[in-house]
Amino acid sequence: MPLAQRLALPAVWLLVIALFGVLEPDTFLTSANFQTIFGSQAVLAVLTLGLLLPLTAGDYDLSVASVLSLSAMVTALLDVNEGWPVGLAVLAAIGAATLVGVANGALVVWLELDSFITTLGTAAFVSGVVLWISGSETVGGVSDSLVNPVITWEILGIPLAFWYGLVLCAALWYVLDLTPLGRRLLFTGRGRSVARLSGVRVGRARFGALVGAAAIAGFAGVLYAGTNGGADPSSGGDLLLPAFAAAFLGATGIAPGRFNAWGALVAVYFLVTGVTGLQLLGVESFVQQLFYGGALVAAVAVSRLARGLPRITRGEMSRG
Amino acid sequence: MGADGQPLALEASHISKRFGGTLALDDTFISLRRGEVHALVGENGSGKSTLIKVLAGFHDPEPGAALNVAGRPVPFPLRAGQPRALGLRFVHQDLALIPSLSVLENLRIEELAAGRLAPIVWRAERRRASEAFERFGADLDPRATVGDLRPADQALLAIVRAAERMPRGGTLVLDEATAFLPAAERDVLVALIRRIAAEGSSVLFVSHDLGEVKLADRITVLRDGRNVGTVTAEKAGPEALVEMLLGHSIHPAADDRDSRKRRSPAVVIWGLSGETVRDLSLELPPGEILGLTGLPASGFAEVPYLLYGARPCRSGRLELDEALDVTELSPSRALGAGIALVPADRTRDGAVGSLPVAENVMLPVLDRYTVGTRLEGGRLRRAAAGLLAEQDVRPPEPQLTFDALSGGNQQKAVLAKWLQTAPRLLLLHEPTRGVDVGARERIVSSLRDIAARGVSVLSASTDYEQLAELCDRVLIFSAGRVVDELAGPNLTEARIGERCHLLNA
Repeated sequence: MPLAQRLALPAVWLLVIALFGVLEPDTFLTSANFQTIFGSQAVLAVLTLGLLLPLTAGDYDLSVASVLSLSAMVTALLDVNEGWPVGLAVLAAIGAATLVGVANGALVVWLELDSFITTLGTAAFVSGVVLWISGSETVGGVSDSLVNPVITWEILGIPLAFWYGLVLCAALWYVLDLTPLGRRLLFTGRGRSVARLSGVRVGRARFGALVGAAAIAGFAGVLYAGTNGGADPSSGGDLLLPAFAAAFLGATGIAPGRFNAWGALVAVYFLVTGVTGLQLLGVESFVQQLFYGGALVAAVAVSRLARGLPRITRGEMSRG
Repeated sequence: MGADGQPLALEASHISKRFGGTLALDDTFISLRRGEVHALVGENGSGKSTLIKVLAGFHDPEPGAALNVAGRPVPFPLRAGQPRALGLRFVHQDLALIPSLSVLENLRIEELAAGRLAPIVWRAERRRASEAFERFGADLDPRATVGDLRPADQALLAIVRAAERMPRGGTLVLDEATAFLPAAERDVLVALIRRIAAEGSSVLFVSHDLGEVKLADRITVLRDGRNVGTVTAEKAGPEALVEMLLGHSIHPAADDRDSRKRRSPAVVIWGLSGETVRDLSLELPPGEILGLTGLPASGFAEVPYLLYGARPCRSGRLELDEALDVTELSPSRALGAGIALVPADRTRDGAVGSLPVAENVMLPVLDRYTVGTRLEGGRLRRAAAGLLAEQDVRPPEPQLTFDALSGGNQQKAVLAKWLQTAPRLLLLHEPTRGVDVGARERIVSSLRDIAARGVSVLSASTDYEQLAELCDRVLIFSAGRVVDELAGPNLTEARIGERCHLLNA
């Protein structure tokens, strides 16, 4: 793949930074601003990275944002209302999230239901559960022993949350690019019949990808509770579209044509930088939706139109 | 006028059609009498489909062609919609039904597709459909979902749909529409075809199955694009038809019993049954290349997939080193037991076109190139390059995407993918389909090498020439069972063709 294609996405990101730097030098080019961008949006980065697993295996998971809300709420409730030790509350939250992944896997793989429709259903179901257990109330006051290691403590001036995302990105890059497991997931997504006849246990691969995405979304929920010091019933609601936009946009760079970890991470921060910059320019908040929505459609269009780039389509990913 | 003074429903003569350098139809002719059932038979590539496409107005014939419909000359080229206006109706092999819609919706699909604005009164439509089914003796429920119907009933529906509004004296063309039906289910269609003919229309049905053409009044045989004769069904015995079809006479079989190698088997298959295959038992000595063939839908093509655990199996045992229950086999288990399958459909089952050749080829053996959890990318790529060179894949570029290779080189790469697993039983389905001559030679010689090293090879194929060239023995299938075995001097391209057709007649 030509270097220009690999690096187009990071280059565009740098251009956006330069552009806002010229337009808003006093507010945009400040370390405080970059701390916000990198730190507060680590939640979105982690959520997006988890989404790469089912997308690579050829399945959609629309429930990740609801799972994030569930995990954030379980963390906050157990920590604040029940007084559990933070460690146990976090484990319970990620456990609950993983259970949703197991349910998704069972429905999609064992009952052979369409992943798009199924996870649309489980997303709504889980959102209902979150409203139920929280009594539709926001829960605040999460203890410092969670807030500190997420957003207060810093390395190189950037909150730990960002570094967690970076470590996860490296781990996913390793799994997807450098292990036999990643290869098998890729073939499962691109050609299910080819994978099956080559001895890949495609059912197991898809199941594992859905469980992995849910567990990582659970971790993102924990980061959300730590970053915001609490949880509200719709914590993750606004994150589903940007996560998909970043995953697809990320597939146009670094390793073009494949859902890839570094591409997704760059895409997350490209999107967040754009939105932050526009808000600093005083543009109204609806621009966020325009930007995320436009980026998702643009990403899919680029993968369709650019010469030599394999198409990212549902058909190629789902039915093998 | 026909020879007997009857008006002809349709007469086409001096029909030629050239595609590039090949003459698909060579000054051929066909004539249909009113009220007759007429069969058109020929081998694959004999020009049957091209002739039907000329009649349908899909291909224009070369100049000099003549067409008469009901005694009136019709000039070529035909306009769009003209065949229909002349009373011709076509049912093709795929039947053009939408499985998820109801019988009634499928019956009215043309009106629905035409986008007329008037509302559809479904109650009236149902009544009319029931009347049509009654008229043709078809026992179909208008409310049933087409996908739930038996294949024979689906064919029935497609034929009724075509015939329902056909004008009296029209011509119904069935282009292999019954090819994939079990023999028992065809009876109801035979009655339907007879009824349509009795109403004064003529029926032309295309088939490569000599068992089926016996229901026709007359039979036209095409070979190499020429009409080699039209005969009445009662006069044409199966042997005479096969001779016309293949263009040479049938010789009595030589005694080949002594020529068979008597070695202890490396592979034993017991009582294998699948969707079509029934109770297949056979033994393969080490190093034998065994061919499986027959007409389409005779079940031979199912065998490799059953033995690899890739299709649902009803029963069967496979003895390799240990005895395996074939019903519990999965591709990953089969691979572990030393079995490899080279599927016929390269782009669906063989490799992913959008991914590099190296990644495709190395997929079944990734564990061999893993240290800890990590793939050794460099060693993997070098091994892939070596395999590609060994099978003479051109260009031998591991990083090229698979779909950038030509058909022949794709097949060589897929073969390389499976040979590196060092199988003891190699299963093949159409191993040389859609590949050029050079690649074909190369693949055949690779398979011979493998067999010479003691691997048992089982190849399901419809390419008689390749079977005769490659195999030690060939089993002929009909209706899911082995009906003949050819080896030694009897194993020739001509003889395989004969047995496939004759034993089905």
